[in-house]
Amino acid sequence: MFKILEREEMAQGTVIKNVIEAPKVAARAKPGQFVIIKANETGERIPLTMADTDPKKGTITIIYQVVGKSTALFKSLQVGEGYQDLLGPLGQPTHIEKHDGLVICVGGGTGTAVVHPITKGFKEEGNEVVAIIGSRNKDLLILEDEMTAASTEIKVCTDDGSYGHHGFVTDVLKTYLEGDRKVSLVVAAGPVPMMKFVSKMTEEFGVKTLVSLNSIMIDGTGMCGGCRVSVGGKTRFTCVEGPEFDGHQVDFDELTQRLSAYQQMEKEAMEKFDHDCKIGLNK
Amino acid sequence: MAEKKEKTPRQAMPEQDPQVRRNNFDEVPLGYSPETAQLEASRCLQCKKPSCVSGCPVEIDIPGFIGLIKEGDYSGSIAKLKEMTALPAVCGRVCPQEVQCETLCVLGKKGEPVAIGRLERFAADMAREKGDQTLPAAAPKTGKKVAVVGSGPAGVTVAGDLILKGHDVTIFEAFHKAGGVLVYGIPEFRLPKAIVQDEMDGLAKLGVVFELNQVVGRTVSVDELLEEYDAVFISVGAGLPSFLGIPGENLIGIYSANEYLTRSNLMKAYLFPEYDTPIVRGKNVCVLGAGNVAMDSARTALRLGADRVRIVYRRSREEMPARAEEIHHGEEEGVEFYLLTNPVTFIGDENGRVKSMECLKMELGEPDDSGRRRPIPIEGSNFELETDLVVIAVGAGANPLITSTTPGLEVNKWGYILAEEETGKTRKPRVWAGGDIVTGQATVILAMGAGRIAANSMHQYLTWGW
Repeated sequence: MFKILEREEMAQGTVIKNVIEAPKVAARAKPGQFVIIKANETGERIPLTMADTDPKKGTITIIYQVVGKSTALFKSLQVGEGYQDLLGPLGQPTHIEKHDGLVICVGGGTGTAVVHPITKGFKEEGNEVVAIIGSRNKDLLILEDEMTAASTEIKVCTDDGSYGHHGFVTDVLKTYLEGDRKVSLVVAAGPVPMMKFVSKMTEEFGVKTLVSLNSIMIDGTGMCGGCRVSVGGKTRFTCVEGPEFDGHQVDFDELTQRLSAYQQMEKEAMEKFDHDCKIGLNK
Repeated sequence: MAEKKEKTPRQAMPEQDPQVRRNNFDEVPLGYSPETAQLEASRCLQCKKPSCVSGCPVEIDIPGFIGLIKEGDYSGSIAKLKEMTALPAVCGRVCPQEVQCETLCVLGKKGEPVAIGRLERFAADMAREKGDQTLPAAAPKTGKKVAVVGSGPAGVTVAGDLILKGHDVTIFEAFHKAGGVLVYGIPEFRLPKAIVQDEMDGLAKLGVVFELNQVVGRTVSVDELLEEYDAVFISVGAGLPSFLGIPGENLIGIYSANEYLTRSNLMKAYLFPEYDTPIVRGKNVCVLGAGNVAMDSARTALRLGADRVRIVYRRSREEMPARAEEIHHGEEEGVEFYLLTNPVTFIGDENGRVKSMECLKMELGEPDDSGRRRPIPIEGSNFELETDLVVIAVGAGANPLITSTTPGLEVNKWGYILAEEETGKTRKPRVWAGGDIVTGQATVILAMGAGRIAANSMHQYLTWGW
């Protein structure tokens, strides 16, 4: 079992943070890589990009939004309990190097957790790193302090204007792309539409953009091809070749469709889970 | 005397009725009763120089274990089997005996060969049902340590052989369950997972350590293993699904056979929502390819509630690579064969779900490199085939995860590891390899044979240093 050492509810309980004991993974994980976790015997294998790692303590941090049965089950796990299975680090690490211009890391929703270690990595490499993070409203914003520390400059946006800039992350991104300072690289993680619009915008400005994709996976080792995504017209596997790809090449519409493959069944599973919770079957 | 023995016909094994079994995941053949097993065992001529043994990649003492069944000494029989195979219950079920041991049986020359596979299965099942924990005797500890990468048939054979020779063995498995293709690939109705688990438990009792959730090449590298272990055996399987590379292949409802079978078998999606992993349940299913994996996929689709399942294959029936028994079982259950047909495009609906495929009719030309007649498209024969679930079962390639992260490990032009046929030695010192990552996709027993060869060579190295 992979024990949960710390647990925090964020964004009014819609987002959960777990610090998990996984020394082997923590020792070798690099920014941009992910793990696959499974709660129990009957559970599903869920890929999650690590939000942080601490090789000294032997821990990794995951932050996930509660969206369905599996994440609801994860949410029910308390400190001292844990995940039956945890596999990683998987995927290619972010290529971190020193750029002569700005590196802008854009995080939307729980995508902020994904860009956190990447932001930190670029800053440690000596880059000037701008973090742009956004959420629907102030209450749903996560990791503001952590992202402030990880970056050299931070901008916060909310869709409803309840905090920071009133509007989307792309609005703020645009001011940098049009600004005087050179932008060398944009890294984006978050909902697919956000990554799509970020990529569209940066393409106009000719700025290289990496997006971190959250495809559906089973094994995470390139064996099943379930995570396939079209990049520049070619089929690539997110698990072994990704999770980061050139945002200007990714077919986001296909990705959106593939992510909806099990919508109906996910709903069914969630309803059963809620029902079982109410009648106490999950105790 | 020989004449009298031949009068007993080869004993049939009872099976679930096709119309019943196409709706459940229970095992199809039901196994021999002790009476039937003894009768079948009595057919064996106990040849002094048994040719059947030379047809077995792991050289099981076939007359030996069959003779013990005839005498009713089931526990002796399983002990005899376990001297040579770590997986008797598995081999008795999934080996293609008809092209190996049984095809060489003397009785087969005039009549039907002894049902060696069914008897092997019987001996293993009897032992398991009776809780017979007989373990083969192990040699004294040598103090040497071996790492095995991958817990499929090749890996567990090496583990079983070397632990009995006194070496410490640790198996590294990427999945959360041990067994490799036996748990993710072969369906429950052909090989119940409880049986695989039982064989894995047997190895654990012998002292084999299983490290699950370890991706060698990511979690730990081969070079790091070499720091801690005296020798490493790589048996990670082929592990890279082949797609057709035609338009529309990423539509929802198009799976690689690897994904389809892994969801159903390893993740138990057939028990959704009791298990959390979902699977697309097609009503009108097309399986592309005609090997054993295609048959497994087609029969799984039936059990997941399909009204119609078609095997779509670009060659003719004669060239179908699946075992005759698998084709027969599938046909009995209602799988249809759509031959000399090749898809060229997948067509989706407005939600990105597959709704049909455009196909071309084919005809057979001259034999190609594989010796089979080459399928040639008939121009203008395009037609549309409706389908709501497609499983692509046209083979697998070499997964580069381990080969690309291990310096010194040489591969051929397809990415398979170069290993000596007689020893399993790779070009990298202290590293052996075997199974599908060396040969390309093959059978369980061939992988076990490769494991046996490598284990012998590894034992020599660990004992004498060469």
